[in-house]
Amino acid sequence: MTKKTLSHLDWLEAEAIHILREVAGQCSNPVLLFSGGKDSLCIVRLAEKAFRPGRFPFPLMHIDTGHNYQEVVEFRDRRVAEIGERLIVRSLEDSMERGTIVLKHPDEPRNKHQSVTLLEAIEEFGFDCCIGGARRDEEKARAKERIMSFRDEFGQWDPKNQRPELWNLYNARSHKGENIRAFPISNWTEMDVWQYIEREKLELPSIYFAHDRDVILRNGDIIPANVKLASGEVINKPRDGEEIVSKQVRFRTVGDITCTAPVYSDADTTEKIVIETATTTITERGATRLDDQTSDASMELRKKEGYF
Amino acid sequence: MTTINQDKNQDNNQENHMQHNDSLLRFMTCGSVDDGKSTLIGRLLFDSKTILADTMTNISNTSKKRGMEAVDLSLLTDGLQAEREQGITIDVAYRYFSTGTRKYIIADAPGHEQYTRNMVTAASTANLAIILIDARRGVLTQTRRHSYLAHLVGIPHIVVAVNKMDLVDYSQETYDKICADYMQFAKEIGLAGARDIRFIPMSALNGDMLVDRLENMPWYQGETLLEMLEKAPAAHTEQSEQFRFPVQFVCRPHASADADLHDFRGFMGRVESGEVTVGDAVTVLPNGYQSKVKAIQIGDEQLQNATTEQSITLLLEDEIDTSRGDMIVKSNETIEPVKQIEAFVCWLGETPLSPARTYILRHTTRESKAKIGAIHYKVDVNTLEEQQTSDLKMNDIARLSFKLAQPLMIDSYKTNRATGAFIVIDESTNSTVGAGMIV
Repeated sequence: MTKKTLSHLDWLEAEAIHILREVAGQCSNPVLLFSGGKDSLCIVRLAEKAFRPGRFPFPLMHIDTGHNYQEVVEFRDRRVAEIGERLIVRSLEDSMERGTIVLKHPDEPRNKHQSVTLLEAIEEFGFDCCIGGARRDEEKARAKERIMSFRDEFGQWDPKNQRPELWNLYNARSHKGENIRAFPISNWTEMDVWQYIEREKLELPSIYFAHDRDVILRNGDIIPANVKLASGEVINKPRDGEEIVSKQVRFRTVGDITCTAPVYSDADTTEKIVIETATTTITERGATRLDDQTSDASMELRKKEGYF
Repeated sequence: MTTINQDKNQDNNQENHMQHNDSLLRFMTCGSVDDGKSTLIGRLLFDSKTILADTMTNISNTSKKRGMEAVDLSLLTDGLQAEREQGITIDVAYRYFSTGTRKYIIADAPGHEQYTRNMVTAASTANLAIILIDARRGVLTQTRRHSYLAHLVGIPHIVVAVNKMDLVDYSQETYDKICADYMQFAKEIGLAGARDIRFIPMSALNGDMLVDRLENMPWYQGETLLEMLEKAPAAHTEQSEQFRFPVQFVCRPHASADADLHDFRGFMGRVESGEVTVGDAVTVLPNGYQSKVKAIQIGDEQLQNATTEQSITLLLEDEIDTSRGDMIVKSNETIEPVKQIEAFVCWLGETPLSPARTYILRHTTRESKAKIGAIHYKVDVNTLEEQQTSDLKMNDIARLSFKLAQPLMIDSYKTNRATGAFIVIDESTNSTVGAGMIV
């Protein structure tokens, strides 16, 4: 007789809950990074399963680049209100005012600067662990990432100085000033995330689903055109000679507007996205992250500098 | 808070958790760069259509840059810049693919002698090991090393893949000889009989017997590699195990506005082995308090029972003072807490073990300070000889005894992988410096 085992989603869920509880059990002041994106929404659901009926043993925090889609920010706030947990928002624009972030030019993608604001927030609150939604399947440099990843006082990730992880015995110990990054959905793929969203009937920001949008087609990329920010500022204006066209698109990842591109899609339900994900021919980051394409090793370089 | 599947009835819940056939298998590959291990993994990912177009373009460009004629599938698994430059893999990398019926997590560990610690790390979560043998070279020292380590760490299913069959003219004779040599050795180390061992001839480069059979080896009628993977049991053991539930976190929402929750006391953790049903008589260790299971929950969802690897919240009938590090067991399967243990330890730290120092052992959710009682002997992973030693360096494996400050609730690693394992932590650096398997 073959023993009964969990389905793959149940197994991944159980593993993630276990990791969240290890963070809560081992760390004295953790924080959950929450953007309102699909991966962090999965983690919020996992945290509900891990800690309800109690409160989360950590606050949520969003590192806001100031270049977020309004739909996502509104969704973020609504979801936080629903779960009744505390949200901390720290913004890149404050770091820019302090002079700790200096952009080369106003249009420079802001994603890589998030690490500065993140490290400032870690120091401000004395967090000893940041829980994030990164997955090993996202990018080559992440395949060797630990579930509990150690960062030194400068937030640096040293691939040669990571702790071996055996069985499910995690070591989240750190000295003052050092930091652990915990990744409960390390072992999930994009497909697992969508299947989980479908199974759990999770709500997502509307821009994940197919919609008509004004875009600029630039060097093979689809650039969302004339996006109005919460501040009223409009970014991604067409350059001279560029045309704005309307296309049916959706976002596979939701990050800083200047470096997150949508894909053509008519998938307007979670079910259709699951099917589309099963048949896609381009990786999640390859299709949608404009900042990862500069070099085969660009993610690794950013991580060494403290990027999530 | 939003409700989670509250409207489902009990039967549906059980079905949701138990009856899915889309299981998950974790396996590892053992072999060195020359055995074609990276090619094997690349081929599995490629043939299962996990590799998407842009990744293919990237590695095809890199192949060209390096002056290769064909696309080098092994580039799919070379992760970090440092090792891409050196052309070797230096750490455990995790890869994912899915066949529609099963999701796979591959732990890809380099096989050189100095990387014993990586193999042990990869093996600790694997339920199946593919041991690669180069058909031209047969059973080598490293094959013995890989097999011994897979055995030591208790991987239940071993697939011996005789690779590069294309380079020996797909000779059945060569294959049969290698299989016989391997079985001889497997008997010597006690692997045969204790584990499920299977053999397969293949060419990872051509794709023979991986996902497709192809036509080069009509004499082999057995399963392809993928068929073996699809059929291997997903559970770590087919034996029934005793219920072990280390408490990770205690939920006491007493300050909540909801008056019903004032007395709520949930013990949160993962069922490390066995199963538990509402009404079971349980004992909380190390104190020995007894109670009964009142309820089992995952979030808002009520379960009648829970099984191995499920993360649950347990509610007991009685108010018992319990905290992280305690272990809940069934009252008829209780264990005696101990303050001295014997174990095989693989040393992982760059700094050698210092017998005079105090270390921290983390066992399940519990920690204890520990001193080395004795180093009995070291195992030469190539010859499997036991050697007298007074120190332990990185990649060494030795039998040690520890004296503990706190009692631990242990089983032998052989009978229970979860409660028989521990890690050793260096208090000054917080590094994980050892992996232990209790004898």
